[in-house]
Amino acid sequence: MAILLDKNSRVVVQGITGSEGTFHTRESVKFGTKVVAGVTPGKGGMDVDGIPVYNRVADAVEKQGANVAALYTPAAFSADAIIESIEAGIGLVVCMTEGIPVTDMIKVKQVLKTSNARMIGCNCPGITTPGVGKIGFMPSFIHKKGNVGVISRSGTLTYEAIWQLTNLGIGQSTSIGIGGDPIPGSGFVDMLALYEKDPDTVALVMIGEIGGTAEEEAAEFIKSNLTKPVVSFIAGRTAPPGRRMGHAGAIISGGKGTADEKFKALEAAGVIVEKNPAEIGKRIQEILAKKKGKKK
Amino acid sequence: MKIHEYQAKSLLRAYNVPVPNGEVADTPEKARDIAKSLNKTSIVKAQIHAGGRGKGGGVKVAKTPEEAYEAAKKILGMQLITHQTGPEGIKVQKVLVEETSNIKKELYLGMVVDRARDKECVVFMASEAGGMDIEEVAKATPEKIIKCAVPPAVGFSPFEARKLAYGLGLGTDKSLSAQFTNITKGLYELFVAKDASLVEINPLVLTVEGNLIAVDAKINFDDDGLFRNPDIRELRDENEEDPLEVIAKNAGVNYIKLDGNIACMVNGAGLAMTTMDLIKMAGGEPANFLDVGGGASPDQIEKAFRILTADPNVKAILVNIFGGILRCDRVANGIIQAAKNIDMKLPMVIRLQGTNVDEGKKLLKESGLKFTVADGLYEAAEKVVALLK
Repeated sequence: MAILLDKNSRVVVQGITGSEGTFHTRESVKFGTKVVAGVTPGKGGMDVDGIPVYNRVADAVEKQGANVAALYTPAAFSADAIIESIEAGIGLVVCMTEGIPVTDMIKVKQVLKTSNARMIGCNCPGITTPGVGKIGFMPSFIHKKGNVGVISRSGTLTYEAIWQLTNLGIGQSTSIGIGGDPIPGSGFVDMLALYEKDPDTVALVMIGEIGGTAEEEAAEFIKSNLTKPVVSFIAGRTAPPGRRMGHAGAIISGGKGTADEKFKALEAAGVIVEKNPAEIGKRIQEILAKKKGKKK
Repeated sequence: MKIHEYQAKSLLRAYNVPVPNGEVADTPEKARDIAKSLNKTSIVKAQIHAGGRGKGGGVKVAKTPEEAYEAAKKILGMQLITHQTGPEGIKVQKVLVEETSNIKKELYLGMVVDRARDKECVVFMASEAGGMDIEEVAKATPEKIIKCAVPPAVGFSPFEARKLAYGLGLGTDKSLSAQFTNITKGLYELFVAKDASLVEINPLVLTVEGNLIAVDAKINFDDDGLFRNPDIRELRDENEEDPLEVIAKNAGVNYIKLDGNIACMVNGAGLAMTTMDLIKMAGGEPANFLDVGGGASPDQIEKAFRILTADPNVKAILVNIFGGILRCDRVANGIIQAAKNIDMKLPMVIRLQGTNVDEGKKLLKESGLKFTVADGLYEAAEKVVALLK
C-alpha cells in the first residue's frame, strides 16, 4: 500500500516551466509517476512534453483531477503557491524549495491546520514509492520495492541509507524526505503514525540531525504508539553550537537540539540507534532476519 | 544573521521601544563628543557580535567626556575576549556611548520561534531574573521564566502582554503595564516585519523614575528572510565573521570553519555533517563543514578547494560525493581539473557513490594525481585519518 504517494496520486507540478521543474518532472514521469498537469502563473496554455500547463492550481484540479502538488517554486513565492494548492483542495503538497522564511511557514501551518491537506517539506528531496512513482529529486536508481519505510530530514544522506538497503536486497515501501527546515509541513511523528498503519511497512529507518526537538517528539510517540522496529541515525555530533549547518533547521540553539540528546531520547524509547552511518542497512538486515527467525 | 547592539537599538527606536539616548563612535574623539552632548554620566560599550563584553573589559562607565575619551581609547582596537568569542577574541571597531539609567530592577524579555510541534509560532519569554545568562536561569530555575505563545492566526494581543506583565510584577501598575504592552507590541511587529529569529532585551530595566527601557538589545535575523529585507542586509558586519567564511559566503560556498586539520567537501548538508562526524569517529579532527550543493560543477569544486586549502591548519582533504542526478564521472573530472588548476599539494581521499561511480573512480585512479579512492563511508574516514599518521 505504501503511504502518501500511491496508485491514485495525480500530480500537478507547480513551477513546471522552470529548469528544475521541467527536469525533475521528466525524471518523475520516467519513474512511473502520473504527472497530469503543471502550473506556472502566466504560462497557462503551454505544455511540457504534452503535460498541460495552467495558470492556476484550481484549473489543474478541475480539468485533470490533480490531487497531489509538487513544488519547484522560487523561495519568495513558495508560501503563496503552497496556500493556493491547499485552498484548491490538493490533499498532499510536497515542496522541494529551500530558503523559505520561517515566518512564511508559520502562516502556511495555520492554513494547513484548518484544511484536510498534508504537506511535506519545504527544503526536501520529496517522496518516492518504488513501483508507483516519485515526487522530488531522489535519484531513481537507488530505490527498490520492498517493506522498509525511510523518513529523513536530509537529502544525500537519505540516498546513502536507501542505497545501503537496496544493495542488501532490502526494498523500501515509501521513502520520505521531510526536509531540513525548522518548521516542516510534517514531522517525524506525522509520518510514523502513517507507517504504523501501513501493512506494507515492517521496519523503519529514521534519519535526523541537530536542531529542534523532532526526534525527541518522535521518541515519545514511538514509546506509546509504534509497534514496528526503528533504526535511527542522527547527523551532527560534531557540529558547533549556534551555527546553522547548511539546513535552516540544523542549529543547536540555547544548548538544545544536540545529536547526543536525540540519540539518548531515541534509545530510551527502544529505537536502535546507530552511530556509524555506514551500518544503517546492516542493522535493518539484522532486524528483518530476526523477524524471519521468529516466524519459523 | 547577527547585528550589533547599536543597530538593534536603532531598530527598536523605529518600533517605539524605549532605548537610552546614545550614539555609536569609532574614535575616542567622537566618544568624547557624544558624552558631551549627552551631558550625563555615560557608559562606553564595545560593539561586537558576542555577549559577556562587561566581564571581558569591554564596558566602562564614564563620568565625564574626558573619561569617555579614555574609555573609548582603551576599548577601541582591543582584542575583546569573552566566553562567547573564542580564545582569539574579536577586534573592537566601534563603541556605543549612551546615558546610564537609574536601575530599580532588571528584567529579561526575549522572543524566539518555538519549533515544538504543538507550538510552531513566535513565543515571548520574560523573567524577573534580568541581567543574567538566560540559559543559566532556564537550567537552574526554569519556573522563573514566563512564556507566552503568540497564536499566528491572531497575532499580538494586549492581554497576552498584560499576562506577562503580571508575571513580572508590573501588572498592577497601570503605567508600567501600558509601557510593557507597547514594548511587546513593537517587538512583535519588528519580529514579523523584518523576519527576525531572535530578540533579546537583557536587561529590560525598570528605572527609579518608573520607566521601562531596553538597556541592552540583541536581534538575530532569519537568513532566509534577508532577500526581502534589504535594510537588514545592509547591517551585516563582515569584520565580525571568520575571514575564510566571508570569502566562502561571497563565493556562494556553504562553509563553516572548525578547528581540525582534516577538511571535507560533500554534497548535501546532512551528509556533510555526517562526514565531519565520521572523521571524528575515525580518530581525526574535522577542519570544516562544506556543502558544495546539488550542482558541484567544476567551478564550484575549484572554489571549494581554494577555500579549504586557504586554511593553514588543513593537512588532508576528504571528498564525499553521492551522485544522483550529478554523475560521478562528471564530478571526478571536476575534481581533477580543479586540483590541477590550483596545483593541489595536499593528500586527498575521494569517496564517490552513485550514478557512473565506476567510471568516476577509474578517472581518479588514472589521473596521476595524489588521490586515494575509497568506497564505503567509514572506510573513507579511516583512510584520510591514516594519511596523517
